[in-house]
Amino acid sequence: MLNKQGRPTQPSSPNAGNSDMEFETYTGNKALELETPLIFEQGVAGRIGVDMAEPKAVKSRLGGIERKDSIGLPDMSEPQVLRHFVRLSRQNYSIDSGFYPLGSCTMKHNPRINEKVARLAGLGDLHPLQPVSTVQGALELIDSLAHWLKTITGMPAVAMSPAAGAHGELCGVMAIRAAHEAKGQARVRILVPESAHGTNPATAALCGYKVEAVPASKNGRMDLDAFAKKLGPDVAGVMLTNPNTCGLFENDIKKIADMIHEIGGYFYCDGANLNAILGRVRPGDLGVDAMHINLHKTFSTPHGGGGPGSGPVVLSEALAPYAPVPIVTHGVDGYDLTEHVTGDTARSFGRMKAFHGQMGMFIRALAYMQSHGADGLRQIAEDAVLNANYIRVGLQDQLHSPFKGVCMHEALFDDGSLKGTGVTTLDLAKAMIDEGFHPMTMYFPLVVHGAMLIEPTESESRQTLDQFIGTMKHLLAKAHANEEDYFHGAPYFAPRRRLDETGAARNPVLRWSPPAADTSDVDVTFSAAS
Amino acid sequence: MTIKFTKDHEWVLLEGDVATIGISDYAQDQLGDVVFVEVPEVGADLSKGDEIAVVESVKAASEVYTPVSGEVIEINNDLEETPTLVNEDPLGGGWFARIKITDSTELADLLDEEGYKAFVEGLD
Amino acid sequence: MRYMPHTAGERAEMLGKIGVGSIDDLFADIPKEARLDDLLKLPLHASEMEVEKNFRTLASKNLSPYSTPCFLGAGAYQHHIPSVADHIIQRSEFLTAYTPYQPEISQGTLQALFEFQTQVALITGMEVANASMYDGATSCAESILMACRVTRRKKAILSGNLHPHYRETARTALQFTEFSASELPPVVEGAEAFDEYISEEIACVVVQNPDFFGRLQDLTSLAEKCHAVGALLVVVVNEVVSLGAVMSPGEMGADIVAGEGQSIGVPLSFGGPYVGLLATRQKFVRQMPGRLCGQTVDQDGQRGFVLTLSTREQHIRREKATSNICTNAGLCSLAFTIHMSLLGEVGFTKLAKLNHGEAVSAAEALEEIEGVEVVNASFFNEFTLRLPKNAADVVEKLAAKGVLGGVPVSRLIPDQPELENLLLVAVTETCSTADLEKLVSSLKEVL
Repeated sequence: MLNKQGRPTQPSSPNAGNSDMEFETYTGNKALELETPLIFEQGVAGRIGVDMAEPKAVKSRLGGIERKDSIGLPDMSEPQVLRHFVRLSRQNYSIDSGFYPLGSCTMKHNPRINEKVARLAGLGDLHPLQPVSTVQGALELIDSLAHWLKTITGMPAVAMSPAAGAHGELCGVMAIRAAHEAKGQARVRILVPESAHGTNPATAALCGYKVEAVPASKNGRMDLDAFAKKLGPDVAGVMLTNPNTCGLFENDIKKIADMIHEIGGYFYCDGANLNAILGRVRPGDLGVDAMHINLHKTFSTPHGGGGPGSGPVVLSEALAPYAPVPIVTHGVDGYDLTEHVTGDTARSFGRMKAFHGQMGMFIRALAYMQSHGADGLRQIAEDAVLNANYIRVGLQDQLHSPFKGVCMHEALFDDGSLKGTGVTTLDLAKAMIDEGFHPMTMYFPLVVHGAMLIEPTESESRQTLDQFIGTMKHLLAKAHANEEDYFHGAPYFAPRRRLDETGAARNPVLRWSPPAADTSDVDVTFSAAS
Repeated sequence: MTIKFTKDHEWVLLEGDVATIGISDYAQDQLGDVVFVEVPEVGADLSKGDEIAVVESVKAASEVYTPVSGEVIEINNDLEETPTLVNEDPLGGGWFARIKITDSTELADLLDEEGYKAFVEGLD
Repeated sequence: MRYMPHTAGERAEMLGKIGVGSIDDLFADIPKEARLDDLLKLPLHASEMEVEKNFRTLASKNLSPYSTPCFLGAGAYQHHIPSVADHIIQRSEFLTAYTPYQPEISQGTLQALFEFQTQVALITGMEVANASMYDGATSCAESILMACRVTRRKKAILSGNLHPHYRETARTALQFTEFSASELPPVVEGAEAFDEYISEEIACVVVQNPDFFGRLQDLTSLAEKCHAVGALLVVVVNEVVSLGAVMSPGEMGADIVAGEGQSIGVPLSFGGPYVGLLATRQKFVRQMPGRLCGQTVDQDGQRGFVLTLSTREQHIRREKATSNICTNAGLCSLAFTIHMSLLGEVGFTKLAKLNHGEAVSAAEALEEIEGVEVVNASFFNEFTLRLPKNAADVVEKLAAKGVLGGVPVSRLIPDQPELENLLLVAVTETCSTADLEKLVSSLKEVL
């Protein structure tokens, strides 16, 4: 007998599922795209996801404030929790899954050896207040990272504790203010270019300074004449990003440093874009007094959906005495920690957070640096700049550049070439989502209309860049072919279409709340994974 | 009782010595969907040019400066619940605050309705 | 170099396309005299195997608290972290995503943040929470600034029993602002007296519960006194597991809760990164610092989440922002959310009882040692011992025996002779009976 059993091995007739049919599913899921309700809608009283020993029967010593009310947390099993978060994860774009050219954010490859070593017993599990005799390796690690950071930047000192870039800015500007106060000077103004990150003026304000914006010149650098006019004996310093947020090297930087020093001010450099100059130039050779280093950008500690970051601050000789505690020192019996403002640290401006800094990030950053070495670090800058210029040139006939000439690690375009199409920078970004790319940074820096800031980083291959350039050309041709409506509706294929941000801001719903009481007898639990 | 405008797109309606202040239709249109308005406290003493309100859209926060000096005697409490009033009825229900003015000459420099209209047309 | 894809040939071709002769042409804007011709004086690149070996060597020079009896706390607590939590945070889509600026392709991060905000609001008994701060100490400092904005007043009162690092962080954060804080001295025994400091001048009183010495208090009447003069009560919680066993700050009348969330899902990691919690009342939400995630709908009417109320933040408000904070503790808040989801109501309250039970039996055993006294009558999982000798010396001697016996108070509050014999001892679910026996016997030997 012929065996005709088994599954069909070709698609059925071409008429099955016409392309104009509405495709809807019973569950709301779409094959690999799986929805999951909030955990609060999934709990079933009595479930548990962690087994543990029974509490000892003791006489309570809680001082008479025992909790009496229930909290309202949902009860779930381990597989249910796992599935929930796996499903959620799949609604995220990530650098591991695709090109993420978010300007100013340096979304580069995150090596997994860094994750592995951060979890080693004896590194990832140390308590911050162990006796220093039991954490000599940890202190050596911090000291070693400090050495790499000082060597890379050509600066004599580094404050390790700031928890993020903005926290590092706060550290640097506090050191500046402390230095002025030590000289008995009450300076009141800080100069910040218009193109700066918002954290710069916000930081200066937290240090009690009045912020004055300096306009950009026609070539995308800080306007030197405007800067000179604003200088005076009441200026505490300047906060300048270099390479700047337009992706350009401030070629007058040494002159700027000299000018600010001449009036007795200090030069704060926002180090967000350090990736572009690793091994090619040291900020210490440019007259910088303080600069934060975003370990989560330049040195690849994972962004984790918004943190944690780490922002050590390198300091000049003039500012070093004001650095915050704690400080790792070399004692007679090995490494030691100075945790208080006293003796050698008497001029320190204080403490920025609990304990010693973002150790988990230090471990990853040092592993990243060791992997690259002096040769690899220089190659990072070269390839990052190469890639950005490749995109700049690849798109120069389709997109308008506000500033001419080579760029550093990111290419900046404005929306000039979209004029008359009805398509905005935002529309273009949303259409890129459907093409499988994370959009570039939009509408920043503010000095450029409809800005698109594209930072490819050194991790991307030429093939990826070519595909990106090809996609942009395709979309721009589409924009010029009167397909405005298509763009206004994008994205079509993402887990969510465009979201109502106005509604979210007008009536803020910032947490889940239990449904109204009249449903209390009804089992409203619907669980994606039960 | 005439309405006057500033070149910063605020309007002032003077009734006796009480000035009601808001922003123009042009201004609300430029700002887009208003999601929140921060108004001053009753009793606050303001000088011409002081911040009297902050109007927030999703993407921007714009400070509004008072064109006249005086004491805030009433604020528009409806804006807390319904900031959309600024978009829907900028010259009416979308007012921000009433000020008991101290110097009526401050109004002299302001534009009348016709003048403001011409000013706005010249902008774009 | 394994992380960079270009071959020498590709680089040359790309330079050709760009229209420059060499890579140096792309760096021509750098002032000549500052350009580096030689490599930095650092080692050359290393293989993965070499790097791993370097770190294993460093790790071997430390004593892991998980391999030895450990009773350290004082703001960082050793707890068991479920393997699911560490697995999920290493998923590419969570680990290597940026801040959710494009909500259509960031719903994973955003929904998790919304769940985090809800969990934090529930356990603290508050109405809303933000999407996290750097750590408990910075959250505390931000809470003080927030209270000053809310009340339009300029002065805060800090309890003497607030964690010293939190006090120092607040002092540092306030020093160049128009705001100030009065710091009360530590009170080891007896209640702290706030009455004389509470006036219509002050923006807030900041207290910690359990306090630095481990003591628990009912803050209800303190909250009432603050509210009577229009001031806020800021409650700091740096051992969040306690909230499974004791009344929430919200229930006691707190207006802002600043917390350290490390105990739930976040490894000790020598002090960071941790996750700062900040919760408050809905009416103060526009004065909150940091990111907030809110619920909305998309174009097709499907529920979704976005970052919201951004006009408070630095990227829009610049020098007028509520804070300069930009980053949150994203991945740590995710670990917190996962661990808390696994625990649930049953697990969280049980974990708290388990901790308290272990701590009570440890206190009872330690009190038996001659010359040793438990200072505080009430505590959760950490208490203060008065030893007959200098506590820092005792801790060193215990460490030599492989026991991490506690944190000497003098490490955090130095130069105060009356505090020199005080030792903070934390006892969590990770401490076994054998660990406790080892502490008791070692302590007897060194005293």
